[in-house]
Amino acid sequence: MSDPQAFQAETRSWLEENCPKSLLGKGGGGIVGTWGGRKWKPESEDQRLWLERAAAKGFTAPTWPKEYGGGGLSKEEAKILAQEMRAVGTPPPLIGFGLTMIGPTLLQYGTEEQKLEHLTKITRGEIRWCQGYSEPGAGSDLAGLQMRADDKGDHYIVNGTKVWTSYADEADWIFALVRTDPKAKKQEGITFLLIDMETPGISVSPILLISGSSPFCETHFQDVKALKSNVIFKEHAGWTVAKALLGHERSMVAEAFGGGGGSRRSLADRARAYLPGADAEGPLPDATLRQDIARMEMDTRVFGLTMQRARDAAKAGQQPGAESSIFKVVGTEINQRRQELLMHIAGPQALGWEGEGFAEEELQGTRDWLRSRGNTIEGGTSEVQRNIIAKRVLGLPD
Amino acid sequence: MDLMQSEDQELIAKTAADFVGERSPIARVRALRDAGDPVGFSRELWKEMADLGWVGIPFAEVHGGADLGLAELTLVVEALGRGLAPEPFLSTVLLAGQLLQRSGDEAACAKWLPGVCSGDTILALAYQGATSRYEVFSPAVVATAKGDGFLLTGQAIQVLDGHVADALIVSARTSGEQGEASGLSLFVVPKDASGLEIVRQSRVDDRNAALVQLSDVAVSASDALAGIDGGGQLLQETIDRATIGLCAEMLGGMQHAFELTLEHLKTREQFETVIGTFQALKHRAADLFIEIELSKSAVMAAARAADGDDVELARYASLAKAQCSEAYVRVTNEAVQMFGGVGMTDEYDIGFYMKRARATELTFGDAAYHRDRWAALGGY
Ligand SMILES: Cc1cc2nc3c(=O)[nH]c(=O)nc-3n(C[C@H](O)[C@H](O)[C@H](O)COP(=O)(O)OP(=O)(O)OC[C@H]3O[C@@H](n4cnc5c(N)ncnc54)[C@H](O)[C@@H]3O)c2cc1C
Repeated sequence: MSDPQAFQAETRSWLEENCPKSLLGKGGGGIVGTWGGRKWKPESEDQRLWLERAAAKGFTAPTWPKEYGGGGLSKEEAKILAQEMRAVGTPPPLIGFGLTMIGPTLLQYGTEEQKLEHLTKITRGEIRWCQGYSEPGAGSDLAGLQMRADDKGDHYIVNGTKVWTSYADEADWIFALVRTDPKAKKQEGITFLLIDMETPGISVSPILLISGSSPFCETHFQDVKALKSNVIFKEHAGWTVAKALLGHERSMVAEAFGGGGGSRRSLADRARAYLPGADAEGPLPDATLRQDIARMEMDTRVFGLTMQRARDAAKAGQQPGAESSIFKVVGTEINQRRQELLMHIAGPQALGWEGEGFAEEELQGTRDWLRSRGNTIEGGTSEVQRNIIAKRVLGLPD
Repeated sequence: MDLMQSEDQELIAKTAADFVGERSPIARVRALRDAGDPVGFSRELWKEMADLGWVGIPFAEVHGGADLGLAELTLVVEALGRGLAPEPFLSTVLLAGQLLQRSGDEAACAKWLPGVCSGDTILALAYQGATSRYEVFSPAVVATAKGDGFLLTGQAIQVLDGHVADALIVSARTSGEQGEASGLSLFVVPKDASGLEIVRQSRVDDRNAALVQLSDVAVSASDALAGIDGGGQLLQETIDRATIGLCAEMLGGMQHAFELTLEHLKTREQFETVIGTFQALKHRAADLFIEIELSKSAVMAAARAADGDDVELARYASLAKAQCSEAYVRVTNEAVQMFGGVGMTDEYDIGFYMKRARATELTFGDAAYHRDRWAALGGY
């Protein structure tokens, strides 16, 4: 890196000049923010402007190479950028599965043409992606997937159903796992294929969740034509790509949910607002809750330090150590406990669904708690993660 | 701070691990215990550790030390923790030695530290009484002024390596109320001082400790490190540093106990297969692995925070101790369970680790104590 201090100063003034004031302090990150895509309707002109400026600077994908619309920053510089964004209070200009899942996978496995085609559109927020992995009969046992892609020369004809496809109704393209060789062993007949969601024959039906929203869908494919030029890596070798992408997905889920939540207000300060007899400072009157809050803060910190340990090792060019296999389990379980603790802190006020008598934050808390239950299911369940640790890291036999 | 090991640090860790593997297997601890050895550790081995430069790691070069920090020291202590090595690192280096070094009392350092660094001198810290629990500022020894000096009276418990110490550093109240940092003084008392009676204690985990009875032991004001009434903060800081060191020992112990357990899971057969194929055990093993990885990060960060004189030293010490206390106990409890009946026998080593886990948990504050302290430091 050039000079960290110069980079920091330069970055800060760029952020201050370019991020519209109306967006400062808005938070975001994880699954809250600008997803972009053809169907995207910006909440404000400022939101659109921020995306446009950040994309032009390469700051939507800071570490990607410049030729694909990235910022070409080193990990060190990207860390400084993230710190400065937090300090200035800018929301992330863009989030989504393009940046966190398919993008990194394309960088690894895509052809030059595929990278030029898709990565630039991701960085500019033009195309929104969804993930077509799970099927009604293939969840944890993902390799058992049945969606067929029949060989028709330069293209396939795809038939089948994907399920739990997050935001399929808002996405422009899908990265899908399809079966191209029904006779091969189950891991060996799978191909990783990119499909435009506007292709005739694709239909989506949203599924209502316990949190009251419908972020994911059942996605049907009936005689859908998909070009072979959109195969990533090699035909029948999609399982390799699929696993690499799951690695990116798991670190994304861990980072998004395990970081201790977006609010800057401490858990203790929240508790003061709800506990009868709590003073503005000094020990909380509820000793058990106090212990629980301390435990949550400490566990979150220790988890953060563990992620830092992995990042520092990666920066020094070392292979990812055994510690990275634990991120998905630990990050998601911490977030679930955190959401439960927030419910305990708010007491009966945590029970609002909508309407009168509940603050906005309380209503959001209810939904966040419900949403968090999915964290240990999505991207490979906690049980599956533990199987992987036991087998791959600890060498325990099947 | 960077959570990484330098090449030098990696070398220290490797040397220490090899040394423990070859020279300090757990069988040595068992033999010392069974023989009722009056010292309870090996003076020759301690001398060797000093010659390797480990004992002097945190001490100034003028006194024969290496002037390095906890980042290095914890690597050695972690390795020793794997073999439950009974040599007096905690008492002589982490507690009394660091107390001297950090007191800035040059005369006292010059008198004691060269012997410590060469492996000839053993020191101990007497700071807690039977009812102090984890309170650092509630010593059981009272100092009453007499002439230019003081008379020390009281009983300190579980003074680590007190039975062989050449000198004790005694924490005593010279003024103020119990629980207050001010009014605490730290006196250096040689082992042959009159009025001092030292009786060896026997602990569940075989860590060497002694009961120290003081009856009108005469000391002078110049024997007080950091001055009369001025020892409280120094003592607290030193215990925080020693806590981080103890966490490294715990980390080593939990790793070794876990390795023994994994080995057992891969070899013990029931129902015509090794028990490691059972998912109920696999998932629990994965959970233990997770706790160990988290503990590693906490210890690494805490050691670096201490070396950087981080204002958050106390918080980091609490973070590491809460994490390691629960992890070590959990790993060893689960280990005994997964060993089955043989886990309950004295013949198997795993019981040594379970006992040590509990003993370290209840030293310098358990997890609940440190969460409480974390909350207090956070203003709630
Ligand atoms: C919020 C959310 C978003 C999602 N988004 C997407 C998406 O965008 N795209 C997509 O393709 N999928 C998505 N998924 C689907 C997700 O990947 C699957 O739900 C997940 O892989 C589990 O599969 P399943 O639901 O079929 O559960 P099952 O596999 O049927 O599992 C049921 C239970 O059995 C346990 N189990 C299964 N196998 C084992 C085993 N071998 N050992 C021990 N226990 C086992 C599981 O842990 C679980 O507790 C999403 C899921 C959620 C909750």
